[in-house]
Amino acid sequence: MTAMTEWNGRHDTKPRSGGRMQPTAQAVGISTQKGQARQGRKKNPVQDPSGAALRSTKIIRAFRPCVLACILLTAAHAQLTSDRLLNSAKEPQNWMTYSGDYSGKRFSALDQINAQNAHSLSAKWVYQTAATGKLETTPLVVDGILYATAQDNRAFALDARSGRPIWIYQRQIPGDIRPCCGRVNRGVAILGDKVFFGTLDAHVIALDAKTGAVRWDVTAADYRTGHSFTVAPLAVKNLIIIGISGGEYGVRGFIDAYDADSGERKWRFYTVPGPGEPGHDSWEGDSWKVGGAPAWNTGTYDPATNQIFWPTGNPAPSNRGEGRVGDNLYSNSLLALNADTGKLNWYFQFTKHDEHDWDATQIPILIDANGKKLIAQADRNGYFYVIDRTTGKLISATAYGKTTWSDSKDTDGRPIANKNAEPTLAGHTVCPGALGTTNFMPPTYDPQSGLFYVTARDQCDIFSTAPQPYEPGHAFYGSAYFPSEEAEPYFGFLKAIDPATGEIKQKFQHTSPTWSGVLSTAGGLVFSGDAEGNFIAFDATSLKPLWHFQMGGAVYAAPMAYAVDGKEYVAIAAGSAIYAFGLP
Amino acid sequence: MSRQSWVVGFVLLMTAICVAEDQNPLANDPKAAKAGEYEFRINCALCHGLGARGGGRGPDLTRAQKKHTHSDADMFQVISNGIPGTAMPANGTNGQGVGMTDTEIWQIITYIRSQEVKSSGKATGDPARGKQLFFGDGNCSLCHMVDGKGGRLGPDLTGVGGSRTREAIVDSIRNPSRRLAWGLTEGSKEFPQEYETVTAVTADGKQIKGVTLNEDSFTVQIMDAGEHIHLLEKDQLKSFQKSRESMMPKYDPDVLSDKEVDDIVAFLISLGAK
Repeated sequence: MTAMTEWNGRHDTKPRSGGRMQPTAQAVGISTQKGQARQGRKKNPVQDPSGAALRSTKIIRAFRPCVLACILLTAAHAQLTSDRLLNSAKEPQNWMTYSGDYSGKRFSALDQINAQNAHSLSAKWVYQTAATGKLETTPLVVDGILYATAQDNRAFALDARSGRPIWIYQRQIPGDIRPCCGRVNRGVAILGDKVFFGTLDAHVIALDAKTGAVRWDVTAADYRTGHSFTVAPLAVKNLIIIGISGGEYGVRGFIDAYDADSGERKWRFYTVPGPGEPGHDSWEGDSWKVGGAPAWNTGTYDPATNQIFWPTGNPAPSNRGEGRVGDNLYSNSLLALNADTGKLNWYFQFTKHDEHDWDATQIPILIDANGKKLIAQADRNGYFYVIDRTTGKLISATAYGKTTWSDSKDTDGRPIANKNAEPTLAGHTVCPGALGTTNFMPPTYDPQSGLFYVTARDQCDIFSTAPQPYEPGHAFYGSAYFPSEEAEPYFGFLKAIDPATGEIKQKFQHTSPTWSGVLSTAGGLVFSGDAEGNFIAFDATSLKPLWHFQMGGAVYAAPMAYAVDGKEYVAIAAGSAIYAFGLP
Repeated sequence: MSRQSWVVGFVLLMTAICVAEDQNPLANDPKAAKAGEYEFRINCALCHGLGARGGGRGPDLTRAQKKHTHSDADMFQVISNGIPGTAMPANGTNGQGVGMTDTEIWQIITYIRSQEVKSSGKATGDPARGKQLFFGDGNCSLCHMVDGKGGRLGPDLTGVGGSRTREAIVDSIRNPSRRLAWGLTEGSKEFPQEYETVTAVTADGKQIKGVTLNEDSFTVQIMDAGEHIHLLEKDQLKSFQKSRESMMPKYDPDVLSDKEVDDIVAFLISLGAK
């Protein structure tokens, strides 16, 4: 345990209320302090907020090796209320938001699967999506039902115990959509009785959680100009927050909030300020109109200050700064927005005037330590940033991979770019490469080990730039990049960073770089996948692999954990399928 | 509309479609070539190099003779659909850059045509003599296969003349270890053979030396010099070491003269242009 620990392992074990659906009872492992067993709680029928009585059956399974407590949860809630999302720590059997909770930690308090028994994990089911290409989805699980997405505007609900489909939805796609980097989707949000997701043709769609029927469908932007959605939305209060993709097409980025009931747009924050707005003067001439700064990865939320933290992507064109002189706000930034209004409270720009395609679209994780409210982001530009989330002031920035673009810092401690890092016509080598030290793959913060685990790669690229006119709906890079001429291969890692110091405490070297995200659990485990198709359970301290399973397809997604009927599962997408693993 | 006029209309429509597929509507248009250059840099240059002159993974496209494409229509099909069994992906599926419209593909073809050097790729050597050397004194065929004949330890070279520049082939003969790492990106999962040299010692002390056919964090698949395949689990091994020193001997000029190398390259390029 390090100083950067906010979680002592204790949890409120009060049974959750339920709804009107036929209830099934669940007994769920909750983490405790290591080595401390806790008694299973007796169930009590409880009233849900609407007064509906629950009929619950007590099912308490004997856990092995039972270094965990069992409580009874009355389950099968019909409605996923915003109150439940706020109190997600009370129901660790459910994974209700993209990153598992509002803080973005991607940490599961379940500990039935742990470092002692992980070697006996086995596949419980596989669901083939029939989609082609890579799967980037993180499934959500609410009350025994798993919700996920796949290529080409697919969304589906599965029995989380068996993998059997309950409903499958697929939206017909126009033939001329222009997704930049695969016809991917990273997942859904759930609120009330609806499932929400964004489509490749830039619609936001609400589906009925029980049937997959379309409840509402709104058009956020014109897909023909390169707008698309690939991000998993975030449900906050009664709003569905979602950010646009299209930085490769010169869209003007934005983050939207839609009323979950009606689909009415409640606010929009343009990530590129218009005339008269603060930050507009960070763009040359009319370059702001095609400035990019998309918002294609899911943000986090701090209920205490009612702030949404949402990261933004590269300015457009991505690899050519000529024509957009200035810092290019709010590209490659972390934005703190008022959840109700979308008003900007503060911003922090990681890479100013970026010419290397270093989107800052990494998950910003809320960490409380030593009385400080922090937010940590392992950025694509190769530095690990810790920021005061109340003020937006930088606390530290430490390189966590191979970087050559900066050798100095400004007075705030922010790394600043070398002049010679700029791309040239002939091209020259800069580290990290265009794919970054990390990318969209979600990291995890484990409050038990106090470490921040992130997928990283040491790769350099040759960056070349050339003038390119903007044409609506056409790729707008102003550039090309290539693998560097170095004869040595480049490597990928799972790295464990101490947020207090930025020090890399441990690392595991993959055979080749992976696009897998990372999950940590109270079982003393870290899970991740690799490009060769393995799903791996690591010891959270040593990062030694304790178990692996060959899934037969490369991993581009992040794992999550859930429990049904007292049995813990870990799930991940690989190839074109979803896999769930559990103990025998 | 009468049946006759419907038929006439259909024939006209099909003719129009066939024309659209057979001919580049933007052929020789300098403006299209310029637009194609932008698209090429974004979508193609990662493998085919700046100026289409070939990179570590993709062939030199400035060569007039290409293995998979002859007409512009062939090229359109290859860009749209990829080449099965190779690293050439279908349009929009390579994860780098974006999918292209038909117009953008024609622009790229116009650009590639504008870059072609009609005489390039013609090796100066004698292909017949090269073939003799390949299968004879050069000992190339002990480890390399061409058209189904030869050894298995090294890469099959049947297609190398169509997918590598002349300079790259010469360099591979003179300095086989220098670019062993070609293609080690995510796309390299389509190149399972990286030809790293592996030395493994099994639990019972047996040493196995060979090249990797494939590898992940837990297993490795090796071919030894006797062309035996060994399937190994890394945690069962006493030791496991990889080297980027190729098992292929370095062919210095005193072993193969520049003329002889030219002949071998001419032979390989003559195969690649088939």
